[in-house]
Amino acid sequence: MSRTGSHGRRGLAVALRGITKSFPGVLANDHVDLEVRWGEIHALLGENGAGKSTLMSILSGLYQPDEGEILVGDDEGGLRPVTITSPRAAIHLGIGMVHQHFKLVPTQTVAENVILGVEDMPFVLDLDAVARDVAEIADRLRMPVDPTAPIWQLSVGEQQRVEILKALYRGAEILVLDEPTAVLTPQEADEVAAILRSLAAEGKAIVFISHKLDEVVEIADRVTVLRKGRNVATMDVADTDKHRLAELMVGREVATTIPKPPAEPGPTVLALEGVVVRNERGLVALDHVDLEVAAGEILGIAGVAGNGQRELTEVATGLRRPDAGRVVVDGKDLTGASPVAFLDRGVAHVPADRLGRGLAGNLPLADNLAMRAYRHPPIAVGPAIRRDRMRAFAETIIERFRVDAPGPDTPARNLSGGNQQKAILGREITAGSWAAARGHRPVLVAAYPTRGLDVGAIEHVRARLLEQRAAGTAVLLVSEELDELLMMSDRIAVLHGGRIMGVVTPEETTIEELGLMMAGEAHR
Amino acid sequence: MELVTSVLAIAVFAGASLVYAAVGEIVTERAGVLNLGVEGMMIMGAVTAFAAAVASGNAMVGVVVGGVVGGIMALVHAFATITLRADQVVSGLALTLAGGGLASFLGQRLGPGGAPLVGMVGPRFHGVPIPWLSDLPVVGPALFDQDVLVYLLFLVVPAVWFFVARTRPGLALRAVGESPQTADAMGIGVYRVRYLATVFGGVLAGIAGAHLSLAYTPGWTEHLTGGRGWIAIALVIFATWDPRRAVLGALLFGGVNAIQFRLQAEGTTIPASLLNMMPYLLTIVVLVVITRFEALRHRLGAPAALGLAYDREERT
Ligand SMILES: Nc1ncnc2c1ncn2[C@@H]1O[C@H](COP(=O)(O)OP(=O)(O)OP(=O)(O)O)[C@@H](O)[C@H]1O
Ligand SMILES: [Mg+2]
Repeated sequence: MSRTGSHGRRGLAVALRGITKSFPGVLANDHVDLEVRWGEIHALLGENGAGKSTLMSILSGLYQPDEGEILVGDDEGGLRPVTITSPRAAIHLGIGMVHQHFKLVPTQTVAENVILGVEDMPFVLDLDAVARDVAEIADRLRMPVDPTAPIWQLSVGEQQRVEILKALYRGAEILVLDEPTAVLTPQEADEVAAILRSLAAEGKAIVFISHKLDEVVEIADRVTVLRKGRNVATMDVADTDKHRLAELMVGREVATTIPKPPAEPGPTVLALEGVVVRNERGLVALDHVDLEVAAGEILGIAGVAGNGQRELTEVATGLRRPDAGRVVVDGKDLTGASPVAFLDRGVAHVPADRLGRGLAGNLPLADNLAMRAYRHPPIAVGPAIRRDRMRAFAETIIERFRVDAPGPDTPARNLSGGNQQKAILGREITAGSWAAARGHRPVLVAAYPTRGLDVGAIEHVRARLLEQRAAGTAVLLVSEELDELLMMSDRIAVLHGGRIMGVVTPEETTIEELGLMMAGEAHR
Repeated sequence: MELVTSVLAIAVFAGASLVYAAVGEIVTERAGVLNLGVEGMMIMGAVTAFAAAVASGNAMVGVVVGGVVGGIMALVHAFATITLRADQVVSGLALTLAGGGLASFLGQRLGPGGAPLVGMVGPRFHGVPIPWLSDLPVVGPALFDQDVLVYLLFLVVPAVWFFVARTRPGLALRAVGESPQTADAMGIGVYRVRYLATVFGGVLAGIAGAHLSLAYTPGWTEHLTGGRGWIAIALVIFATWDPRRAVLGALLFGGVNAIQFRLQAEGTTIPASLLNMMPYLLTIVVLVVITRFEALRHRLGAPAALGLAYDREERT
């Protein structure tokens, strides 16, 4: 693959050699090497917790390596060693990073975020001029955003654009993007891919972290795979394929399709009847929604994010009271009941927002895992809590759901994203089975349960969901990925503008039809 | 009319030290550092300012010394909470307690030849009427027949507001208080900004104390500040971290004070403590209103990282 020529730059943009970094109890990077050429899109792959974000945070000056060296290239193919002691130093070297968790100031405007920390700004800011400037660059890159809007009002897709804009505004020539498409809709992901391609064509070096192998195969030139903090392979994408990459990441063969036995739906367990919800801004988020989920069935919810999914999961789990309509769980009207009442009837919830609603980041993993169980024996002894039993309980979930963590005492925030997800899933499924033991029919409401997960973890999560289905749980699965919905669901309901556009079965529909319904252009 | 004028004049005079302290604390908190040591810095500023004025015979020297002492105390808080990542609440309270004790101690022996300062008369600031302006009806005597430290505020408040809202370092300051992770990733020296903001807040608290001992109630007595440092902290919240609104709040507190003096002079039956409560009640009302509306909360709420230590390699 010869990519010199048009942009006239030769050789390597950056080389990481023998990078080692450990955190308490974890060796995140173990003598990792990475070389990125000018003008290429270099994908960095690896399971959750493989050390991808750590490696890139070292390159962008956020973390200091324990060992190893970093070299930066010039346009003529020369390399010189550098020490990157701070993000500022990285910026000076032309390294820009879009972090996995956005680094934006929510209360400030797009323009203010873009110029934050830029040194050659005048002392007195002319924010109007800056806004015009930002709008112009945004248009040129075909990333339209309103520079005067505060960040908190933007969708994640728009926030992602601001992040990329920010790096480019600072003159980044080496651009690192840590899972830029994980939270984007397919259309938004395509836009990002197009932007990255044009930047690479200008000669910039791009490192791109993603778990979506289709995407990697489509846009990357070369790929480096890490496993448990070590290099596994670096190769041209042209010489490999999805299955091979998945295998390299996980270290074993990965099944992309999971056997799904025919459904044996039982009685209806979760029913929403004419549910109407207004969101915080007073707009109708759910508009007379009727849905039924039967025991032993997976009902998929398709839709572009922001079309009522969040409100739907909140209503179904008791976190939000509908403005009209009823929520019936296993024949009992729970409209307006507390989340604990829902929980006691066996409604478990895997929320979309892992650290916001799913986990208390500063608490030990054990406390987090026991959050659904601490009110009952054996953990509860009268008003007191048996910590030893709590730890033991946590250990069983950690083992059963293969959560990769230094131990039950690690703060939950230190887990990699994928392992946080496995922990939540384990906790919720366990809570459901306890409710089942008390004679309830469990319900599992899972929002984007595989978002940000590696292929191995996705396989694991999907297998657990199917296991629940086989055990008679009513599963409500919200997802943005149509492939996932088609593979997992027994029926799929499509949400658009807070309305159900129709309910279809995977056998009798197509991706195209679902797409039209999601866009609000078809009914069933 | 004469009543309004005199109440307003007292309100401005009494509110000046509150404005200094509150504006300083606003800058500190905008960087994400909560400093509950305002009361301690203020009282130390008051005693050292008076002592220095007595020793030098110059009130302005007192102001400078008071500011420096406040700044040094804030530096201690900065070191404890930013560098050592001690709890900000604990460190601030310690500063207030230590400052109070140290001020009483120093008051016993900072007079000439180690004599106590209590009861001593020293240099002080007097009202300097500004020709023509002070003759304006109502506002004239209130705004333009005051001491130089009040006049200085006419510069300090707009300057601080402009700095925070409109300048490049002001933007950095706000970012550090809202999201130090973001500011750091954007190349801003989070620690440096926090140190500077904290020390600035301390200097203003020291000057606030100096205004008390050199102008408002000239001289030194124990417990001279009488909880004004705490009022200043409440004002920061009331002002929703905006220096301009802090002025309004300080006038309100000062005004209630003034009215209460008048009412007492006229022999009212309303207990003074009830009147004193009013501004605090108002603060609570304002806070409740703010938290009701999401847009207001984002625009007027506390800096998101207020009270939180920052460590780059710590996951959030
Ligand atoms: N600041 C930190 N403190 C403690 N442990 C950390 C920290 N950052 C990362 N780790 C640990 O280091 C390991 C590598 O984490 P890293 O975030 O680099 O993984 P990743 O490959 O980016 O995973 P993912 O795909 O889930 O984002 C994990 O075990 C994680 O728990
Ligand atoms: Mg990561």
